[in-house]
Amino acid sequence: MKENAKKFELPFHVVKRSTIPVWKSMLFRVIAVVAALLLCSILSLLMIDANPFKFIVTMFDGAFGSSRRIWKFAKDACVLLCIALAITPAFKMRFWNIGAEGQTLIGALAAVAVVIHGKGLPNWLLLVLMFLAAILVGAVWGGIPAVFKAIWGTNETLFTLMMNYVATGLVSYYLLLWTPSGSSVLGRLDQGHLPILGHEYLLLILLVLLLTAAVYVYQKYTKQGYEISVVGESENTANYIGINVKKVIIRTMLISGAICGFAGFLIVGALDHSVAVTSVGGMGFTAIMVSWLAKFNPLIMIGTSAFITFLDQGAAQVTSTFNVDSAFPDMVVGIVLFFIIGCEFFIHYQLKFKTREEAAIPAPIKSEKSESEGGNA
Amino acid sequence: MNKQIAIEMKGVTKTFGSVIANKNVDLEVYRGEILAVLGENGCGKTTLMNMIAGIYYPDAGSIFIDGKEASIHSPADAFSYGIGMIHQHFKLVDLFTAAENIILGNHSGEKYNISKVSAEVRAIADRYGFHIDPDKKIYDMSVSEKQTVEIIKVLYRGADILILDEPSAVLTPQETDRLFDVLRKMREDGKSIIIITHKLHEVLSISDRVAVLRKGEHIGTVNTAETTAEALTEMMVGRKVELNIDRPAPENVQDRLIVKNLSMTNLDGIKVLDNISFTARSGEILGIAGIAGSGQRELLESIAGLNPLDCGEIVFNRPKKNLPVSFYHKSLADVKALAAEGKFHYEDGSAVDFTGKTNAEIRALVNAGKVLFNEDDVMNLRDKTPLQIREVGVRLSFVPEDRLGMGLVGNMDIVDNMMLRSYRKGSSVFVDRKKPSDLADRIVKELEVATPNTHTAVRRLSGGNVQKVLVGREIAAAPVVLMAAYPVRGLDINSSYTIYNLLTEQKKNGVAVVFVGEDLDVLLELCDRIMVICAGKITGIVDGRTVTKEEVGLLMTKTDSDVKKEA
Repeated sequence: MKENAKKFELPFHVVKRSTIPVWKSMLFRVIAVVAALLLCSILSLLMIDANPFKFIVTMFDGAFGSSRRIWKFAKDACVLLCIALAITPAFKMRFWNIGAEGQTLIGALAAVAVVIHGKGLPNWLLLVLMFLAAILVGAVWGGIPAVFKAIWGTNETLFTLMMNYVATGLVSYYLLLWTPSGSSVLGRLDQGHLPILGHEYLLLILLVLLLTAAVYVYQKYTKQGYEISVVGESENTANYIGINVKKVIIRTMLISGAICGFAGFLIVGALDHSVAVTSVGGMGFTAIMVSWLAKFNPLIMIGTSAFITFLDQGAAQVTSTFNVDSAFPDMVVGIVLFFIIGCEFFIHYQLKFKTREEAAIPAPIKSEKSESEGGNA
Repeated sequence: MNKQIAIEMKGVTKTFGSVIANKNVDLEVYRGEILAVLGENGCGKTTLMNMIAGIYYPDAGSIFIDGKEASIHSPADAFSYGIGMIHQHFKLVDLFTAAENIILGNHSGEKYNISKVSAEVRAIADRYGFHIDPDKKIYDMSVSEKQTVEIIKVLYRGADILILDEPSAVLTPQETDRLFDVLRKMREDGKSIIIITHKLHEVLSISDRVAVLRKGEHIGTVNTAETTAEALTEMMVGRKVELNIDRPAPENVQDRLIVKNLSMTNLDGIKVLDNISFTARSGEILGIAGIAGSGQRELLESIAGLNPLDCGEIVFNRPKKNLPVSFYHKSLADVKALAAEGKFHYEDGSAVDFTGKTNAEIRALVNAGKVLFNEDDVMNLRDKTPLQIREVGVRLSFVPEDRLGMGLVGNMDIVDNMMLRSYRKGSSVFVDRKKPSDLADRIVKELEVATPNTHTAVRRLSGGNVQKVLVGREIAAAPVVLMAAYPVRGLDINSSYTIYNLLTEQKKNGVAVVFVGEDLDVLLELCDRIMVICAGKITGIVDGRTVTKEEVGLLMTKTDSDVKKEA
């Protein structure tokens, strides 16, 4: 037993950093992105025979190549940002709301329902009703798991996830109801369109940017925002200073759901003018990444949502230009995110290499490994 | 004394980030001696010992065992050198018996035979004079028995160098004496024993030699027989420290908080508080003594409104006599009703009669502070939440035991932590950071909090500075009752005295102070009265000026059967 007892030892220690200057942490992130794009270029060279330089140019071309693409990029980033803004207060409270997908979808469904049942109403009234219905239904969808969590301590992750499926099911049901042909595909609604301000996406972008500022101020400068931080950091402290934790949980999730509902309203009123089970298209989950990468800071989220949208559209362009399988963009996004998240390790920890003298001291023969093996024998 | 060297440390250095825990330490431990490692909290005692026990690995320097250089990478390595450490927090499986815990993880390749282990455990216990039942389950054991299991576990594995980290912290004086007898027997048996402590009288009574650490450096090692408490204190803190705590006589004493027949059952269904009745008085420090976990925490949390009670009352006597009425807590209708009952008087002593006055006139009189209360207000705080307690105007400050988990938010900066108590003030939806920021500046300056600035996250501060921030905030709320649970735990001597002085100052200002402490010497010097609790029951309330340490120690371990015998 003793021969194989020699332990494998890493030539370095992992040491937690106490502080890191901001420029250094930013530098690490930039290095991570550059390294990820390099790796993607190499992969593209090997797998799809594309010149790495051309690969990167195509990425940028896909996102910013024409004014139409820039508008599309800005619009997509804003919708993603809107949903990310919705989940951020909940996440800040350590309430893992992974039900933004369903909350947004149900908001969109409510907006469409208003248009379908409100035929003949003036457009402005329809829009007001759509807006109210969407945020109300979204708030209810977010509020239900919050009430269960606050009163009976249910697990919010599972609950919000399950609510997504209920929302999808409801959309399927109403689509069947609303399409007499049985096609389940709702055509473009001709009413309830948001007014066009210069460009068809401009109003949406402005509204989302306004919302960003509002959520930023709410989290940082209001009493409710402060309560969210305290509940998220330590429920014990919240109880100790007399914050009603249950109330804060429910209130925050109502807000979170309502903003999701607002995103659903924007999707119906400004973009799709319709609803389908794929209307949100996984953005409810991508938004978690946006929020998390920005450490729940709404201003930084403008950057992270733009970045993720850039990856998406750039990689989609690569797919069509080089005529490769649609799994390729997913791979690119995966690699880049892996590098970015991986670099967080180096921001929080550093490696200290052992000096030669330390490594030279022999470890005692008897080790934990040999002991446990002895026990099994 | 046999002068054979067991462990020798040469130039050992350990850093955590920018903090130097140990710097260039040279230290020898002989066979057959008890070495005390003495130092203030945070001086690097435990870090140094953890390097011998394989928990940490030194950044520089070497450790020699029996003259040979050793590389101790894990506790298992340490055991192979015959080194065993007994930590402050026990690592035992509650559902297992003592013998099962002792054999756990000890794979010698032999067949598992619990009765053989039990016999061996008994043999070790008899040899050194331990009292232990190897077949008793851990959850049935007292803290002292659990510690015994930990020590025997180490001996069973053949350790001949034992490191004990603050072994007496959880024991009563009587149990400590018993432990020390056992340690002396082990020394006679040729074992090397290292005890980490910051209690001077223990060092003097048990050790052969004392190694003193200060700020991570080894200041020197002296023979216990040739030193005094004063000399050791000077080595520890670098200069002579006045050991006397100022204790002015209580003035203007009034009953402030009257707790009657309070009982509480915790979530596990265990009765943690049993029929507790006492009175906390203004201008007085009431000490609460007891072994850790006797219900001190639950008692304070119950008063603060954090725990649901089985029964009992918490009556608060608000000092209101001759103070002006305000609309802050009372509506106009309330004021009129109370005036009709004859509860108010004017400054000149005449009775208040609002009949015939308009609402505007009444408002003007009250707002001008001309209407005064006749009597103190009496209210029951039971079943009120912390927020309701504040809303009825009771300024109750509470420094909880768990500073970063309850009293403060570790990831928030000092300013935001100041806001915890006051952020609700005013009707604005926005928080006002100006006043908390001023308060943070003031506390940092007055209490000499060592911090880069007031925007540093409190978890980055050292224990003493964290506590100054917390106590400073609680005192800034101008409390009428101030409760503090273990406010000096983990603090160095200078920070501890800062806290003692703050508490005494509050007492002089007429605050009713409740102080839960663990160091009997401090309780006896600081408190006017000491209430002793044992297993959730009050075993005595004694005068802090006349009682002796032994008397308090006895009360701390007084069991039901003792009480019955007396009755």
